[in-house]
Amino acid sequence: MLLLCFMSYAGAASAQDEEEDLLSLLEEEPTTEYATASFKTTRVINGHSIENVAGGVLDLKISHRFGMLNSGAYNLFGLDQASIRIGFDYGITDRLMVGVGRSSHDKVYDGFVKLKLLRQSSGERWMPVTVSLLSGAYLKTINWQEPERDNYFSSRMSYPNQLLIGRKFSEGTSIQLMPTVVHRNMTALKSEAHDVLLAGIAARQKLTKRISINVEYYYALPDQLREEFQNSLAVGFDIETGGHVFQLHFTNSTSMIEPGFMTETVGDWGRGDVHFGFNVSRVFTIRTPKD
Amino acid sequence: MLSVLVLFAAITVSQAQDKYFTKTGKITFYSSTPMEDIEAQNKTTTSVIDTKTGKMEFAVLMKAFQFEKALMEEHFNENYVESSKFPKANFSGTITNLGDINFKKDGTYKAMVKGNLTIHGVTKPIEVPGTITVKDGAIQAVSTFNIAPEDYNIEIPSLVREKIAKQIKVTVDMAYEPFRS
Repeated sequence: MLLLCFMSYAGAASAQDEEEDLLSLLEEEPTTEYATASFKTTRVINGHSIENVAGGVLDLKISHRFGMLNSGAYNLFGLDQASIRIGFDYGITDRLMVGVGRSSHDKVYDGFVKLKLLRQSSGERWMPVTVSLLSGAYLKTINWQEPERDNYFSSRMSYPNQLLIGRKFSEGTSIQLMPTVVHRNMTALKSEAHDVLLAGIAARQKLTKRISINVEYYYALPDQLREEFQNSLAVGFDIETGGHVFQLHFTNSTSMIEPGFMTETVGDWGRGDVHFGFNVSRVFTIRTPKD
Repeated sequence: MLSVLVLFAAITVSQAQDKYFTKTGKITFYSSTPMEDIEAQNKTTTSVIDTKTGKMEFAVLMKAFQFEKALMEEHFNENYVESSKFPKANFSGTITNLGDINFKKDGTYKAMVKGNLTIHGVTKPIEVPGTITVKDGAIQAVSTFNIAPEDYNIEIPSLVREKIAKQIKVTVDMAYEPFRS
C-alpha cells in the first residue's frame, strides 16, 4: 500500500514536470555541427582558403591587379595598367572542387584540384581544424626569353602543392596555416631551388555581417629564391552583396596564381610597390543537390 | 501486490497514450517575389504533443534548413537568422479548441493553436489554424501560416529587399507517433 502511494506520488510529480517541458521527454540526439563559412570565398586574397564551392556550384571569378601605386599620377597610381585572371571553379562534391583559369601576366593557364580532407566540427564528432589539400599545374605560355636555345615544353610547367589548415575560432575570426611546396621545372638561375618551401598564414576578421578584413602572408624559407624576390603580403576586404562577393585588396604581388605570387613577387611594400586589385566572384548553381 | 503492479502498468500505458512525438517533422518555408522564389526545408524538427492538455512544443534546428542553392543556405545562416548565435527556433503553445478533437477516434479535425514562437532570439505570440488527422493510433498535424522576418529582428538589407518576401509562408507537417517512455 505504501508502495502504491509512493508510485502514485512519483507519477504525479513527473506529470507536473512534463507539463513544463514536453520536449525534455525526448532524448537529444547527438549531432555533429560542422563549421561553415570560415572565409567568404575559396580565396583569401591571392591564395586559397579552406573553403570549397559547394557541390554543383560554378564560381566565375574575375580578378584584376592594377599597376603599382608608386607609379605616380601619370599612370593614375597604377590604374592605367591592369593584369587580369579569368577563372572558373566548380564543385564536383561539397568536398572536391576543380578550377581552371587564365592570367594575362606571363600568359599562364592554370588548373587545380582542391580536396577537403577534414572538416572542423563540434558535437558528437569533434575536429578542431579543417584541412584541405590543394594541388595544381601551371603552364606559362609567354614567349621564351631566349628563343634561340633549346627550350622544352616541360620548362613552362610548375606545380604548387599546399596543405590548408584552418580553424574558425569564432563567428568573426578564422585563421589558417598553409605549408606549401612549389615545384618549378625551370628556374632562371641554377642556384635557385626547384622545390620552393613556403610557410603561409592567413586570417579573416568580420567587421560586419557582410564585410570582413583579410590578411595573407607567404614566407619563402631562406636561400631558395634570388635576392630580388620578396615575400607576398596582401591585405584586403571582402564585401558580400547577395550573389556576388567583391574582394578589394592591396598586395605587393603582380601575379594572382600560386607559383607567381609565391616565388616571383618583386614588389616591396616599403618602397610603395603595392598593387591595388579586386576579385569579383559570382556563383551559379548548375546542379541542385538531390534530397 | 500483483494487483498493484497491474495497476501501475495500467497507469503507465494510459500515460504513454496521451503523448505523441516526432523527431522527423517537416517545416518548409517559402518566400516568393517577382525577383526570386526561395524555398527551404527542414526534416528534423522535434515536437511533442500532449493530447490530454493540448500542449504542443516544437524545436527546430536552424542549420538543418536545406535550400536549393548553397549560397542561400549560407546567407540564411550567416546573415539572417544567425544560426551560431541562435541555433534553434522554438514554439510552445496549446490547442485552444481541444474539446473539438477526439484523439481516440480516427478522423480529421480543425485545430487552433496559440502560443509563443521564438526565432532569432525574439519571442512573439502567434495563433495559427491547423488540421489534425487521427488515423490508426498516429496523429498528423499540418499548418500553414505567414510570419514576417521583420517581427523577429531579421534585418534584410536594401540591396536584396526585392528578393525576399515581407511575409514568409511557413508550412508545418508533423507525423506523430505514440510516445513510450
